[in-house]
Amino acid sequence: MSEHVTDAPLKPPSADNGLLAVFQRRYLLRLLVQREISARYQGSFLGILWSYINPLTQFFIYWGVIGILFNLHANVPNFAIHLFAALILVHFFTETFGAGTRSIMRNKALVVKMAMPREMFPVATMLVSLYHVVPQIVILAVACVLTGWMPDLVGMGCLLLALAIIAAVGTAGALLFSAANVFFRDFGNIVNVFNNFVRFGVPMLYPYSMVEERFGRFSHYYLLNPLSDAVLLFQRAFWVGTADGPEERAKMVMPDHLILNGFLALGACLVLLGIAQIVFSKLENKIPERL
Amino acid sequence: MAASIVLENVSKTFTLRYHRTFKEVTVAKVRGHETSENFKAIDDVSFTVEQGESIGLMGLNGSGKSTLLKMINGVMRPDEGNLLTRGRIAGLIATGAGFHPQLTGRDNLVLNAAILGMSERELQRKFDDIVEFAELGRTLDAPVGHYSSGQKARLGFAVAIHVDSDIFLADEVLAVGDKPFRVKCIQKMTEIRKSGRTLFYVSHSPGSVKRMCDRVIVLENGRLGFDGDPDAGIHYLHYDGDDLAGTETDAQIGNDI
Repeated sequence: MSEHVTDAPLKPPSADNGLLAVFQRRYLLRLLVQREISARYQGSFLGILWSYINPLTQFFIYWGVIGILFNLHANVPNFAIHLFAALILVHFFTETFGAGTRSIMRNKALVVKMAMPREMFPVATMLVSLYHVVPQIVILAVACVLTGWMPDLVGMGCLLLALAIIAAVGTAGALLFSAANVFFRDFGNIVNVFNNFVRFGVPMLYPYSMVEERFGRFSHYYLLNPLSDAVLLFQRAFWVGTADGPEERAKMVMPDHLILNGFLALGACLVLLGIAQIVFSKLENKIPERL
Repeated sequence: MAASIVLENVSKTFTLRYHRTFKEVTVAKVRGHETSENFKAIDDVSFTVEQGESIGLMGLNGSGKSTLLKMINGVMRPDEGNLLTRGRIAGLIATGAGFHPQLTGRDNLVLNAAILGMSERELQRKFDDIVEFAELGRTLDAPVGHYSSGQKARLGFAVAIHVDSDIFLADEVLAVGDKPFRVKCIQKMTEIRKSGRTLFYVSHSPGSVKRMCDRVIVLENGRLGFDGDPDAGIHYLHYDGDDLAGTETDAQIGNDI
């Protein structure tokens, strides 16, 4: 009697979830990213400019206090570029982590009624943050060119590696905390505390040479932080290239095996992402009833 | 004929939390009060729906109809038991789809269609039909937060009905729509039924269930109370009593708030 018969297999209706499904449904992901970009600055006069005003003001505060007051301009060549390069990555991470943690709560209208991979929301937040990174990199590159920088192939590889590390670790954190935040809003506050640490845990306000000087052979523990590795790679891509002569270059200390460390850090971050996915899938089951 | 929806001993447990903050929990523990309680919204439910069947899901408020629908839809997973479905699922849960109150109806329409699995090209092809079916006029460009519940149901139903689904879920859509819209919905659902797709219809209205469905499932406090012929199911729920007879003639197709 029925002409409409599907040969699709019998399976649980919530089967096609997870991070892989997110990237299979690119149209939906694109819509969510577009919506978030327009929604973030809805009703504000300066709009998208705010995502530049915020890092730029931070830049000038640090530049003034650390550079001039603590006199790091004297010790670190092109300290402003050192600082801004790091700030871009730190900002990418804190935005992904902070906004990603709130993403499920913010989209609860959809989460409680529509069947979709909920990993979509933290991933979309990461992509929105990445979207904002691009013009900042352009500004940084212009500043670098003005100080006599030429892009090199290894440096560009470092740039991509650094972004991949931050994207992976940021998404992992956002995934874990966005689910946890549904159960206890405390996690949103923990993220703020954590983000405060990030600014000081990476070589942004101080150069890596200072870390090596203080910690000596223990400084490789400092490099266990994937955020530090990413920031150093990023500085290798931009800051190191601005050196004016071998004398200045000698002052720009980079750790040994920087690129190898970078790949190890990326691997570790991907493992972390896998763990975050497993935990998320476990918690996800209880999310709709808690919203 | 192949099975479309299979439930085997499905249960879903909800946790009621009385205290949320650290202070409240500590105080409650010290006094020896309960801090949380479990209850089963769905309790050991099993049934199989064949492709092309149209099922009327009935039951009193709070009997677990929406929870069951959410599990079939994939929003929730059962805690125990197995739930399997075949093919694409579309439909409405609790009178409306998930909408973003700040977004306009148009944006929500697009987002909703994408969530239900439409591709960009498919949506482009169907967009005008959906808009026409919803009949929202200029309201389409206003934020959904300002919509009435009837307008939300219109938009949600219009999107869901245009998805090429194998299983269609309809949860009390007719309860909030006006009469012309209800007639249109009934027509569309009849088309779905005739085309051999599986229809899962939640309603409190015996009249529309009798017209639309060839089998009724009744939930009682999360358990399967009845499964079988629509007339017997409606009788089982005592929905065929005298007190309802008068109103039913007026609202054959579900004036069921």
